[in-house]
Amino acid sequence: MAEQKASRICIVTVTGQDRVGIVAKLAATMAQANANIVDINQKIMENYFVMTMAVDIGQAVLDMGQLKKKLDQVGRQMGLQIMIQDENLFKAMHRV
Amino acid sequence: MPISPEEVFETVNMTLNHHFDIRTATLGINLKDCVDRDLDWLVRQAQARIVEKGLLLNHCADGLVQKYGIPITNRRIAVTPVSLLLEPLPRQPITAVRFAKALDAAAHKANINFLGGFGAMVQKGTTAADENLIESIPEALAATERVCGFLNLASTAAGINMNAVVKVGHVIQSLAHQSENGIGCAKLAVFANVPEDNPFMAGAHHGIGEPDYSLNIGISGPGVVQSVVAQNPDCDLTQLSEIIKRTVFKITRAGELIGRELASLMKIDFGIVDISLAPTTSTGDSVADIVEAMGVGRIGSPGSTAALALLIDAVKKGGAMASGNVGGLSGTFIPISEDAGMIRAVRSGTLSLDKLEALTSVCSVGLDMFAVPGDTPPEVISAIIADELAIGVVNHKTTGVRIIPVPGAKPGGIIHFGGLLGSAPVMKVATKFVSTRFIQRRGRFPAPIQALRN
Repeated sequence: MAEQKASRICIVTVTGQDRVGIVAKLAATMAQANANIVDINQKIMENYFVMTMAVDIGQAVLDMGQLKKKLDQVGRQMGLQIMIQDENLFKAMHRV
Repeated sequence: MPISPEEVFETVNMTLNHHFDIRTATLGINLKDCVDRDLDWLVRQAQARIVEKGLLLNHCADGLVQKYGIPITNRRIAVTPVSLLLEPLPRQPITAVRFAKALDAAAHKANINFLGGFGAMVQKGTTAADENLIESIPEALAATERVCGFLNLASTAAGINMNAVVKVGHVIQSLAHQSENGIGCAKLAVFANVPEDNPFMAGAHHGIGEPDYSLNIGISGPGVVQSVVAQNPDCDLTQLSEIIKRTVFKITRAGELIGRELASLMKIDFGIVDISLAPTTSTGDSVADIVEAMGVGRIGSPGSTAALALLIDAVKKGGAMASGNVGGLSGTFIPISEDAGMIRAVRSGTLSLDKLEALTSVCSVGLDMFAVPGDTPPEVISAIIADELAIGVVNHKTTGVRIIPVPGAKPGGIIHFGGLLGSAPVMKVATKFVSTRFIQRRGRFPAPIQALRN
């Protein structure tokens, strides 16, 4: 029986100007990479449009570096700053 | 509980807008087992180890930058104090210089930007090999680009080795005159109570109580702390301390996570997280700016010492809560040339050398990266060092001096070192009345009494 790959959650953060199609574009990028979106939020904070997306890349066909390159491309096309970071960083910093 | 968008944004904002980074990942390497009576053998063994582990450090660090999106800005190596390695070798400065050049070549090959440990522990006395190394320092540091030197000249347990302090005044003068604008002196730090696991240059070395390898992390976030202080202009000092503690807790946790993972990838021991606030020349990455955001008119004016003391105490409390492995210097760096706010204060006449010395009595790192006229006599340099070391010895803390006599420079001029080292306004040194007779008495400044502490 094929071994089930463990889930690995990353947080994608988008900051910049809100516009039509951000979620669609990111969702398409994730689908192509076979990365599963598990949560999405968006807010205006300190005058920034901020969208955060939790993504499971455990089954993804791209590694984190390749996915980052794809997201950088999307960021350039749409004039947005996009970061992808392992969820453990946020857990370490924000949970005692 | 899932991570909220506010928490995500806070972290991302620290990196994108407030210069939060892992300032240094410093790999400590034991070279004691490479000691030999054949210098070529020692060089080959040391270089092979430094290059292999240095390349691995860079490779693993690059992977973690990608994983966590937090820059690991500097990758450095600290080795066993070199004077120990030179013990069985001929007592000629050229031997030490050759070894320094070999370390420099290895650092280049491994793409390591600074390598520390070219130094000696001489707080109580000097061996012939220590003497030899100290004499070689001007040529060794002037002839190399990436090798950093340190000397521990004093400790609370041993007192101050004034014979070495006298010698170091001449060594610093000589080094200054062998390098452009005295910049070679930026690579030499002298200490009281030097920590064996400090990841920051120029003082990093792999102490004799350390294991074969040890990975030490220096985190830094003056910009992050300045930002939260500025967002709370009206709260009282108790609340301000709480706010700083919470922020430092978060950045220390990030350092601990990344440090542990880096050590694990390299299959070596994780050492410590140094929670020192370390400024850079970038705008918005200044310790002076934090003190001024706390409400001090300009660093150096009355109130600065109290503000800095509160800041450092809060940094330590937040860091100690976040990690059981806080170590190294873990204070606050206030280097003149590397902090735009410190430069501004010196240029405006608010911050003098005397006040800088007072500030170092509440923060760990000492008189750092400050320029003085090149004709400052060696005895005056030794006296400045003796004063600073006495603060460390008596107060059971680390203090250090990194002084740059700039040949031909006069007080009020400004010297541009470039890059990470920034620019330094040349500070006035009181030389009308000198303390040559005091310094020239030499001997050992006795260890201070440990009781009656008022």
